[in-house]
Amino acid sequence: MRIALLADIHGNLEALEACLAHAAAQGAERLVFLGDLVGYGADPGAVVARVRALDAVTLRGNHDEAALHGPVGFSTLAAEAMRWTQGRLDAAAKQYLANLPYTHEEEDRLYTHADGSDPAEWRYVTDAREARRSLEATAARLTFCGHTHLPALFGLTATEKLLHHRPMDDLMLPLLQPRRWLGVIGAVGQPRDGNPAACYGLLDTTRAECGWMRVPYDIEGAARKIRAAGLPEALAARLFEGR
Amino acid sequence: MPRQAGEFTLGEVVHKGGMAVLRAATHPAHDIPILVKLPLLAEGEDPAAIVSFEMEQMILPRLDGPHVPRCLGVGHEPLPWIAMERIQGETLLPLLDRLPLPIAEVAEVGALIAEALCALHRQGVVHLDVKPGNLMQVGGRIVLLDFGLSHHAHLPDLMAEEFRLPYGSAPYMAPEQVMGIRGDPASDLFALGALLYALTTGRNPFGDPQHMAQMKRRLWWDPPPPRALRPDCPPWLQEIILRNLEPEPQRRHPTAAQLAFDLRHPEQVSQTARAEKLKRDPWTARVRRRFHPDHQPRLKRDAIAMAQSGAPIIMVAVDLGGMTPELAAAMHGMVTQIMATLPGARVACVNVLLQNLLRPDLTLDEDGRNKHLQRLLELRHWSAPLKLPEARLTHHVLEATSPGAALLEYAQQNRVDHIILAARAPSLGRRVLGSVAAEVARDAPCSVTVVRLRPT
Repeated sequence: MRIALLADIHGNLEALEACLAHAAAQGAERLVFLGDLVGYGADPGAVVARVRALDAVTLRGNHDEAALHGPVGFSTLAAEAMRWTQGRLDAAAKQYLANLPYTHEEEDRLYTHADGSDPAEWRYVTDAREARRSLEATAARLTFCGHTHLPALFGLTATEKLLHHRPMDDLMLPLLQPRRWLGVIGAVGQPRDGNPAACYGLLDTTRAECGWMRVPYDIEGAARKIRAAGLPEALAARLFEGR
Repeated sequence: MPRQAGEFTLGEVVHKGGMAVLRAATHPAHDIPILVKLPLLAEGEDPAAIVSFEMEQMILPRLDGPHVPRCLGVGHEPLPWIAMERIQGETLLPLLDRLPLPIAEVAEVGALIAEALCALHRQGVVHLDVKPGNLMQVGGRIVLLDFGLSHHAHLPDLMAEEFRLPYGSAPYMAPEQVMGIRGDPASDLFALGALLYALTTGRNPFGDPQHMAQMKRRLWWDPPPPRALRPDCPPWLQEIILRNLEPEPQRRHPTAAQLAFDLRHPEQVSQTARAEKLKRDPWTARVRRRFHPDHQPRLKRDAIAMAQSGAPIIMVAVDLGGMTPELAAAMHGMVTQIMATLPGARVACVNVLLQNLLRPDLTLDEDGRNKHLQRLLELRHWSAPLKLPEARLTHHVLEATSPGAALLEYAQQNRVDHIILAARAPSLGRRVLGSVAAEVARDAPCSVTVVRLRPT
């Protein structure tokens, strides 16, 4: 079965729709949302409504939490966007976000927004040490998370060495049995790896493979809405650069 | 011993190596001879053996073509296993019992290996353990075996973390590999250079060292030139061998395809001082290479420097009969443009000398030889305005009855990356491609650029 993994949508409806269409064309039968539906982008309400209607496994991200309780430990830019976002979400949307779990487990897989060793701490997984901490704290063979906006694959070898791999775009990579892997899925709505195309993960459970798919979307449209909403210009400009 | 690996039923042991065992197998859905490879997990075994096995489990299913065994499946229960097509052939190990080989055989087997490496490198994989036991001769081709030490450009490299010791085979391992650098296709060319040296002279260029310090000698220590050990070794072969034993990857052949090309066209090998050497470098040079910071070999190349696409073989098909000055200028311009952006590229100018079907022995008489030579001279004259150095330009006259088929066969055999040829001039009233250009464009195994003049 193919499962699309979507992380860090951040209120970018154009990017979300493009990824959903792409995933459907790739034969994805299920969707898993790895948190941060809102924040930064101009369509938080529409994105929450869209995801909600899909009835898929959906996890809580730190921005979803901040939408309920206010930004804590956010950068100035992120905090400003979050205060704007909070005013755009109705009670039903907030209620939905408040019920999102931190993690979800199925078969040999763990889904989480950030470091799986303590999901509510929102720690990043960017290097081998952090990946090892997450992998050693759980029993799951495969862990998938987001949060960093930077695609990465970490794996534990038979000799317990931890390898860090930068996945190539659109290439299905083997998640070899019986080894353990941690996939950091890039961002749907605000890529930061220098490639402005939206990123989502495509997991093939039958073949034990995962690909980091890159999807072009209407960046102009998403940026126009950010500017029209009076959100900081930097949030629009960065979408074009993928930074 | 397990009886099953997935849906494969295991039979007798066919081969037992240091790290793995091969067993015959059957599968209800496959009507071909099958081998299943299983790791040997002995007590005290180097745990990296299993990492290497898993590397092969990732790489082999992603390889394709006649130079690798077809993978039929991988799995991990009850032990890790790889099922593959059983190749009927013999490895090159028996060659080592009758060294030195005749020169023609060295060149032939070397070209076959280079062609197999070319096919592998084009799939983004560097073998990193090229040696006679991993090369199987099957009819007129070489099949590469054992990808446990290989590096795939787009897959996680499980072995990269394991280089407390360099993994590979001591007589053939490239200096950069000794130092833990994986992923340069030129490492396989070094191994092939070392093998060609052994096939030519009867001895390994760097012996068979067992310790790291001895292995590192190849960074600065040069072996005796093959001609010093074997006087009838032709200069062109020595050029090829010593070029690929250069400690710096950048100084070896740019691609396996270009190495195969040189082994297939000895008369066209551009020779340097290497070809004439009869003695090793003076000891002062070796000391300098070993200790002087400015003379240390640069072992690590960035991905751009070793990009396969940077060193294509470009075939320029020249129809001397249909040539006009305008068309020649247009073709020269096209070749010059392409060569300017690709410093590693080389040009093979090819002309087809049409044969009379009824007199196939024409080439044997004086007239035929003269015609061939005359064509070659005309071809050289035609290419002179390109102003390319000898090392980047070769000339070939093909004798054939059908120009299109001859050009296509040449492109196929020589792993040509790009064909440039001219469409028939519009002044002849043809609005479609000339038939040769059309045939080549349709059937070529690579990109084709058709040069055409605008109607005036």
